[in-house]
Amino acid sequence: MRLLLVDDEGELVSTIAERLSFRGIDADWAVSGEEALAKAETEHYDIAVLDVKMPKISGIQLKGMLEGKYPDMKFIFMTGHGSEDDFIAGSAKDLYLVKPIAIDTLVSKVEEIFKT
Amino acid sequence: MSLKDIIKPKFLSGNDRDACTCATRHLFNFSRMWGIAVFLTLLVALVPLISMTLIHYKMTQDAVESEVHNHTMLLVNNTWRSVSRFFDERKNELELVANDYTYEDLINPNKLANILINIRKSHDAFIDLGVINSSGIQVNYAGPYTLIDKDYSSQESFQNALKHGFYISDLILGFRDIPHVVFLMRCAMADGSFSLLRATLDIKPINEMLAEVDIRGSGDVFLVNNKGVLQTSSRYHGDIFDKVSQPFFDKVSQSLSDYSFEIQVVDCKNFKGEMIVVGYGNIPDTPFILMTVQQKTELMDRWQKTRVRLFWFLLVSITLIIMVVLGMGTYLVNKIYIADNARVRSLHKAEYSNRLASIGRLAAGVAHEINNPLAIINEKAGLIKDMFTYQDMYSKDKKLIALVDSIISSVERCGTITKRLLGFARHMEPSIQSMNLREVIEEVLSFMEKEAEYRSFTIELDIPDDIPEIKSDRGKVQQIFLNLVNNSFAAMQDGGRLSIVVRHEDKDYVSATVTDNGCGISDTDMKHIFEPFFSTKLKKGGTGLGLSITCDLVQEIGAKINLQSVVGCGTSFKIDLPINLDKERK
Repeated sequence: MRLLLVDDEGELVSTIAERLSFRGIDADWAVSGEEALAKAETEHYDIAVLDVKMPKISGIQLKGMLEGKYPDMKFIFMTGHGSEDDFIAGSAKDLYLVKPIAIDTLVSKVEEIFKT
Repeated sequence: MSLKDIIKPKFLSGNDRDACTCATRHLFNFSRMWGIAVFLTLLVALVPLISMTLIHYKMTQDAVESEVHNHTMLLVNNTWRSVSRFFDERKNELELVANDYTYEDLINPNKLANILINIRKSHDAFIDLGVINSSGIQVNYAGPYTLIDKDYSSQESFQNALKHGFYISDLILGFRDIPHVVFLMRCAMADGSFSLLRATLDIKPINEMLAEVDIRGSGDVFLVNNKGVLQTSSRYHGDIFDKVSQPFFDKVSQSLSDYSFEIQVVDCKNFKGEMIVVGYGNIPDTPFILMTVQQKTELMDRWQKTRVRLFWFLLVSITLIIMVVLGMGTYLVNKIYIADNARVRSLHKAEYSNRLASIGRLAAGVAHEINNPLAIINEKAGLIKDMFTYQDMYSKDKKLIALVDSIISSVERCGTITKRLLGFARHMEPSIQSMNLREVIEEVLSFMEKEAEYRSFTIELDIPDDIPEIKSDRGKVQQIFLNLVNNSFAAMQDGGRLSIVVRHEDKDYVSATVTDNGCGISDTDMKHIFEPFFSTKLKKGGTGLGLSITCDLVQEIGAKINLQSVVGCGTSFKIDLPINLDKERK
């Protein structure tokens, strides 16, 4: 199982990636939609954990792009806002986690979504 | 509610001063608005009415006065004709005697006696008949007295008869010692000399004639000479030979000084100051003035009745107009007052809602901005903990792990606060959703828990587990409880006790009772407690909108609110929330 963490806060995603590695989950990270798309070109990712609000390409838009190219990829959204608009924008099947995220919650959600 | 409360306009008792800002306060001066409206309406209604009534009053008075004058003129004219005719006829009879008989015939006693008998047949007013020679000596006499050889040469009547050819005297007593009038007629003889035919007339027929005149009430009709001496008896101005000393006679005598025969009617005052109507006219060839005197009030009796009716008409009209104008003015200004109050209330409510929404947006923005660095702190601390946990070199240092746990715990607390803020802000938008009342109340109390802690409040929650979820507008329910809890906190002293009890006693409703042991609300204040801008803590920063908006929110979600309070003991607000707002609305 391989994860791609995307958030404009590099400090956050790099730390989460490192913490996930302690738990046996191989995670890569990117700080923008463009970087995420570029990495997805070269590497295979099972799950993408996307921040909803990012400059240039939002998490919602990025999901659309990745989903078009990699139909098997699954998605989890992170949001620091938690407003209803964010939830309406995504599809009902998507999982949302509100920042700050408890690492155990993220791990359990990742495992859960990977199994489905 | 007393009758006074019902009648008293709301805008007079309303606290409209609170509903407006200083710059626009004059626009909300409803008492002034009412005053101007009533004054202007009364002005445009009453001025034409009073003007028209006064004009009508004057015209009718003039018409009645004119009619009175015409009536008096007619009365005087008819009487004047009768009296004039009487004297004229007597004069003609004497002229006939003077022309038909020679001087010799007239100085013959028998013939003169026969002539007297004959003229008395036409009218018995003649008392006697005499012949006076040019020296003024009565040379023949027929009548009941012995008056032959009486000398009249020195008498004024003799001189006037010589001068004018015919003369009628004032009423005199003379040699006969009875009131009479003397007729003297100059008779020319063939030799150029002259004699005078002298006849004496009783005044009684004139008295009788005047007594028959149909004059109203205390009216009077009589003859006077130009010196104001009564020539006939009068009802109210004295007897024969008395002088009429009323002020009106001076006015009459002045206007008749030219001996015109025109009949005149004038308004005068008598000695008592009463208005009288005097009609008068000279009797031709006599020194007599015919005069009628009537009380004006009696003549204007018909006008008095009309005047009373006019006065009542005006009084009733003015009263009706005032009542209608006052009623309409009060009704309309009341309506404007109520509409204005509703408008101001809506504006304030909108402002309040906007402020809440702004606070919500601000809170959400702050929470979002804080969440990112918080997430980084969380993850960094988590990484440290992971390193301590997963790498053997650090795992034995329990103190470091405890410090990291403390950081993570604080981050979680911050995260909880930001999540609450986000949750609260999210519910500002209206939407119907199922909710657990316990969650809503606990969420509200979580915002107040620090204040409750600082002021040592005891908060008791009694919410059974079997309370069903309700379907309502979560944001509004939150605001209702937030306002009520805020209100209770403001009413309580430090160390107070607040309890919230939720029950499901009605199948369609869940009741929530918020009770505090604060200062309580007086009966007087309780009547106004849900009115906008009513506050007992205006000086302490209260807006007077909290409970008013709570009441509106309660109505909007189909709930009911009841209040019980005892001054000094506390207050209890009970809210019955419909379990299903959609069903309730249907």
